[in-house]
Amino acid sequence: MSKAIGLEVSLAVAEAVKQANVDVVSAYPITPQTHIVEELSEYVANGKLDAEYIPVESEHSAMSAAIGASAAGARAYTATSAQGLALMHETLFIASGMRLPIVMTVANRSLSAPISIWNDHSDIMSERDIGWVQIFAENGQEAYELSIAAFKIAEDHRVLLPVCINIDGFILTHMIEPITFIDQQKIDDFLPPFKPALTLNPEKPVTMGPVGVPEVYTESRKQLEHALWGSLDVVSEVFDDWNKRFDHEYRLVEKNGDLQGRTLFITMGSQGETTMSAVEDLQSQGESVGQLRIRLWRPFPREDFLRAIEGADRLIIIDRALSAGSHSGPVAQEIRALLYSQDFRPRIYNIIAGLGGRDVTVGDFKEMYAHAMEDRLDSNYTMWGVSSDAK
Amino acid sequence: MLNSNALENFEKITQKTMPRENMISPGHRACQGCGEVLALAMVMKVAGPNTIVANATGCMEIITSPFPQTAWKIPWIHVAFENTAAVASGIESGIKALQRKGRIPPRNPNVIAVGGDGATFDIGLQALSGALERGHNFLYVCLDNEAYMNTGIQRSSATPYGAITTTSPAGSQSIGQQTWKKDMPGIAAAHNIPYVATASPGFHLDLMNKVKKALTIEGPAYLHIYSPCPTGWRSKPEQSIAISKLVVQTNVFPLFEIIDGELKITKKIKKPKPVKDYLKTQRRFAHLKEPEISYIQERTDAYLAKLHKMEADSGPEHE
Repeated sequence: MSKAIGLEVSLAVAEAVKQANVDVVSAYPITPQTHIVEELSEYVANGKLDAEYIPVESEHSAMSAAIGASAAGARAYTATSAQGLALMHETLFIASGMRLPIVMTVANRSLSAPISIWNDHSDIMSERDIGWVQIFAENGQEAYELSIAAFKIAEDHRVLLPVCINIDGFILTHMIEPITFIDQQKIDDFLPPFKPALTLNPEKPVTMGPVGVPEVYTESRKQLEHALWGSLDVVSEVFDDWNKRFDHEYRLVEKNGDLQGRTLFITMGSQGETTMSAVEDLQSQGESVGQLRIRLWRPFPREDFLRAIEGADRLIIIDRALSAGSHSGPVAQEIRALLYSQDFRPRIYNIIAGLGGRDVTVGDFKEMYAHAMEDRLDSNYTMWGVSSDAK
Repeated sequence: MLNSNALENFEKITQKTMPRENMISPGHRACQGCGEVLALAMVMKVAGPNTIVANATGCMEIITSPFPQTAWKIPWIHVAFENTAAVASGIESGIKALQRKGRIPPRNPNVIAVGGDGATFDIGLQALSGALERGHNFLYVCLDNEAYMNTGIQRSSATPYGAITTTSPAGSQSIGQQTWKKDMPGIAAAHNIPYVATASPGFHLDLMNKVKKALTIEGPAYLHIYSPCPTGWRSKPEQSIAISKLVVQTNVFPLFEIIDGELKITKKIKKPKPVKDYLKTQRRFAHLKEPEISYIQERTDAYLAKLHKMEADSGPEHE
């Protein structure tokens, strides 16, 4: 590996996509992913990336063109965010249902209304059931590396599903971070060219996207579900391979610190780094506290998660999206439902924090911890920063 | 202008040289007398086996692809309703990249997007406009049966004035469809693409030659095909071809092509029949009275006059 250089994370993601030698990029500008596709268009314009760049007229068409390209046998990539992801909604299910290994960066951002271009997880949490492999990056280096690993996961014939890499809008996309790039040769050794299972080939015609009558629709969904659960092992394998080759420590669920805390923060995305600082401070004050980061959100790594929380008394689950009208935020819903059938059920505090780009500081996390220890949080969820919610 | 000399040595398809092999198998589930599947089959006969089809949601998608059956002998994909032109853009780009990189043989297949009038005039107009503007080398075929037939005969912006559909019923306060049909070929032509044409399965050689020209010319082409729907129009199934001729003979649907911006009427009607003759073949128009029929005649004449003017403006070399 070469030395780290300071670079905006969006540009590092574009570099990853270039190094993955994609064939087709379909792109529509939406803040805050725009720098990624701008950079890719430059690579294509100056011959550094041999790909077709389709400047589509909408996000819906961005995914539709990626579907067409992938069905033709091309390695296809796009990026989106917020309203753009919501506009794609229909086609996201089609990409997975047709088993097309498209890779997409989602620069996570809040949904309107009111319009907000800032970061939270409202966009992707509205797309939990799309049948894609969904991975979260915590920092710039991870965003770069996972964007390459995503192609290997997606294109594995045991998976053949689209993969989205979530990176927090602005907090990651527009941040200049130290990035260590990997040599092209090493990427090529890791990621062979895409070998599709079926393509739109006149010499071997197939019908793709037929009508699913009631006699086959359920079976077709079962196959998708089977492939998505099957991707758990493949994601683990690809992470292990990556860890060995490139000296990182990717896991499906990751821990910060060695201490087996009695109270665990559960985070996803870049907020994990702020939480880590708070956890380290609390640990230095003798508190029994730790932190888990959910790396793989879909499929949800049930076994890994349950193992990781063994021995904990309390979970403080941070959600970055509101599931309006429900008892919890999306991440807490997932975990509460998972724990219901377990004998071992730590107490759960769910905090919805950092919506629409609101800063959540190290001090906030310490305060959350104090509230949890004194049992002063709502038994369903607390919207952090809205004073009437804290008891 | 663009690349019309691609047609310099164009060999016309004749009754004798007409391709015989059908790329759509019989046994599909179209209604009796469906003019749409007939027109689609004519398109695909000309396109031949080296073709990839992207099909919008609609009648043609439903009747040809109930898993595990398929009527398609060529590679075919259906993704959704509004995005077929975008899907075709992706296919065309994918193949271009893979051929350039030497990963697939350079067989340059035809890429054809197929959509009904709802998929073209209404929900898919944006994706179509984007694909035409970007200049992908593909053919977009609009099979226009003038309403949402697959969902049960709802009006679209292609439904003709006065026609009854399930969402444009005639009543004491309405004559049925109250708007004039959108000028979709005009919209396509406004993108300054190299080839735009209208066709009717009643004139099969004219239709097939237009398909051949569209596929010969590099760049985007738009072919608008009139497609009788006995179920939706309440016409007689055995009359579909007769109606497909009558619509041209009454100038309700003139046949023309626009090559590099120059318009030519390809089927000149010396003694046009009154539109009334056309309207009476379909019960969707049965409620219309003299004032409405006169209005339809006037607008039909005006549209033809506009086309004649465009043809005259295009210069004598296309006459």
